[in-house]
Amino acid sequence: MNILVIAELHDGSLRKSTHSAITFARQVGAPFSILVIGSGTQNAATDAAAFGAQKILVADDASLKDPLAERYAPVVAQVAKAGGFDVVAVTASSYGKDLAPRVAAKLGAGYATDISGVKNEGGKLTFKRPTYAGNAFGYAEVQTPVKLVSVRQSEFAAAEPSGGASPVEKVAIPAADPAASRVEFISLEAAKSERPDLGEARVIVSGGRALKERFAEVLDPLANLLGAAVGASRAACDAGYAPPELQVGQTGRVVAPQLYFAIGISGAIQHLAGMKSSKNIVAINKDPEAPIFQVADYGLVQDLFTAVPELITELKKG
Amino acid sequence: MKVLVPLKRVSDPDNANKIKIAGGKVDTTGLEWKPNPFDEYAVETALRLTENGTNPKKREGEVIVVTFGPKETEMTLRAALATGADRAIRVDAKDEDLDGDLVARALKAIVEKEKPDLVLAGKQAVDGDSNQVGQLLAEYLGWPQATFAGTIKSEGDKSLVVGREVDGGTLNVRVHLPAVVTVDLRIVAPTSVTSIHTPPTHKYADGVRFAALMAIMAAKKKPLVELKLADLAPDAALKIKYTGFEPPAARKAGVKVKTVGELVQKLKTEAKVI
Repeated sequence: MNILVIAELHDGSLRKSTHSAITFARQVGAPFSILVIGSGTQNAATDAAAFGAQKILVADDASLKDPLAERYAPVVAQVAKAGGFDVVAVTASSYGKDLAPRVAAKLGAGYATDISGVKNEGGKLTFKRPTYAGNAFGYAEVQTPVKLVSVRQSEFAAAEPSGGASPVEKVAIPAADPAASRVEFISLEAAKSERPDLGEARVIVSGGRALKERFAEVLDPLANLLGAAVGASRAACDAGYAPPELQVGQTGRVVAPQLYFAIGISGAIQHLAGMKSSKNIVAINKDPEAPIFQVADYGLVQDLFTAVPELITELKKG
Repeated sequence: MKVLVPLKRVSDPDNANKIKIAGGKVDTTGLEWKPNPFDEYAVETALRLTENGTNPKKREGEVIVVTFGPKETEMTLRAALATGADRAIRVDAKDEDLDGDLVARALKAIVEKEKPDLVLAGKQAVDGDSNQVGQLLAEYLGWPQATFAGTIKSEGDKSLVVGREVDGGTLNVRVHLPAVVTVDLRIVAPTSVTSIHTPPTHKYADGVRFAALMAIMAAKKKPLVELKLADLAPDAALKIKYTGFEPPAARKAGVKVKTVGELVQKLKTEAKVI
């Protein structure tokens, strides 16, 4: 067996989500290579070379500057075919989820999304994946010779470098698909934040609709103090109290930090689906019946507008 | 503009915690069926793109809804017809005989016959959570895609400018039609969809529209055809098979703390996370 890990890049470096996909490859226990796609990928390729991969395959071209599935999929499919890879692993991020199905279609491969575990029994792979907002876990077998998976960052710890330097090899850039000529990249409006990414944060301070217009005013000081990322429930995002990219849940980001603060969040199924794997969950809500208390390690029944400032004062005492 | 919207019924996502697992299988008996919320958003988006929002009864184009399922799923199609879709197609199939890839291949055959300008799909079904049919279909058709759309600005039958909700921000693309677009939650906000028919100052109500009683009656007369899966996708072999299901591991019961001071103490000494 032979695994191809598709790196996800951000500003020319590997995203941490890539490290989780590498952990997946290590758990399968088969040789793996890493494919780095983009323009100006030198740093990412060098970083990727330290994880014990057989090869770092680099597709570097001006036409690959912007992450468009119509341009990336032909590259991935060609590399997968040429290298005889049996498993292609992408990150279960918006990047991986946009790209992987097009690759699967090109390779005639089955695609298991958002996998949270893998079993390798004598070369036979079974993928564990959440369904019904994480209320059931299915064990999926991909029936095709080549298998695509997207790897959930929250369930596979980030791989640490294993030392050494894998050989780096340039790959030929295939001719673009006709579809590529019918999509134009216009811009990426990155959310401006000094805070860590939700997928990578050790601590997340998340707020719900109860915060109303005071969402940032109340949560930012706590997040700043803890060096935390800020998250939000869907209700808070839908009501416009928090921007959409902060949404944690089935339909937003799936996270698993060391410490998760759910503040003024009632705990709808869809939200729980995105944060239940957090190592320690703290819930602050004035409604003692809120479902969030059923998953919280520490629950505090108190009005958040008094509890959060008090919490900040208490933490500052050291 | 002619828009095709694939539509799936799912067990009520608000009751997903009532999912029973018996003998390694998911048992959905007793659960209420609803249209997949993202697909409802896709229908709403299709309606907004093919009307003048100030006169939504007159369609400036055509919206066709398609579902895969047994006879009962025609209720889901009729509901979409009642909100304004023009006609419907049901592909007769059982849920257990389908996977995302088979649905995408069958949809390809329908698209080739219907020749829509646009396929608008939900980004994922909230039961299987697989998030792949739209992208697979785009590749099978050789069309461009714009996934996870939070905003769409129509440039008529030629192109769309789509604001894609990606991790950490918005990625704006222009897709030249025909194309596949999958929609995210915020596509149904009041000004997320801009068509060439609706005055730019028009604001929609937040969310999807409800059908009036008259429209529900009228929808019974709208065309609904049944197709056979085997005619659309002769190779019915599934690419994904499930060997079993299990419930998630239960979290250990937590404790309630009485004061902020006690909380901080526990986080420091017990959980050791701050």
